[in-house]
Amino acid sequence: MVSEDFRLDHDIIYSIIEPGSRVLDLGCGAGDLLYPLVRDKQVRAQGIELADKAIQECVKKGLSVFHGDIENSLREYPDNTFDYVILNQSMQEVRKVDCVIHEALRIGGKVIVGFPNFAYFKSRIMLFFYGRSPITKSLPYLWFDTPNVRFLSITDFKDFCGGKNIRIMEAHYLGEKDRMRFWPNLLALNAIFVLTKESNATK
Amino acid sequence: MTDMKNIMNKNNSVGVVETQSFTFAGTGAELELECGDTLGPITLTYETYGTLNADKSNAILALHALSGDAHAAGVHRDQEDTGWWDDMIGPGKAFDTDRYFIVCSNVIGGCKGSTGPSSINPATGKPHASDFPFITIGDMVHAQRHLIDFFGIDRLLCVAGGSMGGMQVLQWVASYPERVRSAIPIATALKHSPQQIAFNEVVRQSIMSDPDWREGNYYEYGQPEKGLSVARMIGHITFMSDQSMEEKFSRRLKNGRFSFNFDPDFEVEGYLHYRGANFVKRFDANSYLYITKAIDYFDLSEGRLIPKGKNIDTRFLVISFKSDWLYPSYQSQEIVRALKVNCVDATYCELQSTYGHDAFLVEVEEQTTLIKHFLDKTFNGYMVVNNYGI
Repeated sequence: MVSEDFRLDHDIIYSIIEPGSRVLDLGCGAGDLLYPLVRDKQVRAQGIELADKAIQECVKKGLSVFHGDIENSLREYPDNTFDYVILNQSMQEVRKVDCVIHEALRIGGKVIVGFPNFAYFKSRIMLFFYGRSPITKSLPYLWFDTPNVRFLSITDFKDFCGGKNIRIMEAHYLGEKDRMRFWPNLLALNAIFVLTKESNATK
Repeated sequence: MTDMKNIMNKNNSVGVVETQSFTFAGTGAELELECGDTLGPITLTYETYGTLNADKSNAILALHALSGDAHAAGVHRDQEDTGWWDDMIGPGKAFDTDRYFIVCSNVIGGCKGSTGPSSINPATGKPHASDFPFITIGDMVHAQRHLIDFFGIDRLLCVAGGSMGGMQVLQWVASYPERVRSAIPIATALKHSPQQIAFNEVVRQSIMSDPDWREGNYYEYGQPEKGLSVARMIGHITFMSDQSMEEKFSRRLKNGRFSFNFDPDFEVEGYLHYRGANFVKRFDANSYLYITKAIDYFDLSEGRLIPKGKNIDTRFLVISFKSDWLYPSYQSQEIVRALKVNCVDATYCELQSTYGHDAFLVEVEEQTTLIKHFLDKTFNGYMVVNNYGI
């Protein structure tokens, strides 16, 4: 089962999602995350993607996808259209993060957010000892060609959720190959959070 | 005959085809039109490609644009011109005739064998001319429904078309959602914008201001050729893009130098004259008037495509082209928004093309990828997902 293309983040999200649920993947790329969910878990999937080549790949896999940017793609959906809205490795490329998460929580029961941790210890070393902008496995870009516009740590995101009345239902921390359990803000390359509105959580 | 074989080998053509006709809405059963008049008997011309399967589940209805006709693919006997969507319909093509049964239907109001202003009114023995009732896209689709009934097809696998053909696709979903498994509207809109209506009005005025139009009663005398030809020239400008015109003509001169008179000097002028002159040989001026009016009246915005709260299981593939300024992508995105509101399963892709509105006829490769796999998924369901080489 474990191939060269194995992605721990996809594996974790795959295991979170219940069979038969309705899923919206924001920034779905070529559909590598949605495709196994549709194949094995009979998920009703919809993707949103900006790159037209990636859309062609999705359609080849039988996936439904809208060509568009994340910020302008959520408004029309009625409340609770989806069981899960996924923002995996796309949130850091969004300018109006606040609005997108708010909208995602409106149209989806749960929101799964996956992002690179800017406070990873190797980033800290590059910045502190070498005085260079960090380049890591999860933040592999040079300063002038990065698609990322938001740089955040795991602690930053927890604070953000606390301030916005967002309940963190699950947290997963990812190292280079395995999950991390201790000192995530220092040792994790990536984090995956499952969020819901505080009002949903108390129901 | 060898020539014909070459065509078949080269293009995976459906080969020699024949336009057929279906007549209905006879006395007592006339079609009630949106304008309040009735029309009958009605003849619709159509062509078919491929074979209808036993449970009639593989039928696709292809719908043409303003000046199109039933001849979508293959060639007519002893003629060279292939159908208007020959690149897309045939064995192994986007609409694969080895797997699907494709019907291309003409529209009422047209002049390609279907009932329209130039066809003979049985009551008078003369062409309807300007006595022809005003028809709408809705009326065109209701007439096509009779043709689909005639084939005994309960549910179409897909309804597909570009431009006005795309409007008919949307109208099919609005009128008969339970009979459409999937819809592919291409380079189209829920309604015409003021700019699009304005172009159509200039087109109509160009025809009607030609004295040869004679209030539409010109059939004994010949077409208003000047007016119709200018109308088509305007059309062709809107079908291309700034970039495609630059690539095709630039400022090249026909004779290498200025003539210093009002003859066409530039190649682009010559091209438009050629297109206009050709068009008057093949299209009826009154049909152009009636059909452009039907396009302008079309409006499925504000919840008319799918009533709010109504669940439909029609799947959508919406396609637009970046350089199409006649039917800009924002209009396709409006279709997509209407689908999102109703949680309809849909795919939307804006393709990078420089051909302008013409792209839906000529951008074959990327449209083929999208349409082929979309149809495969619709026809075979999740089988296709299971089969995707993993």
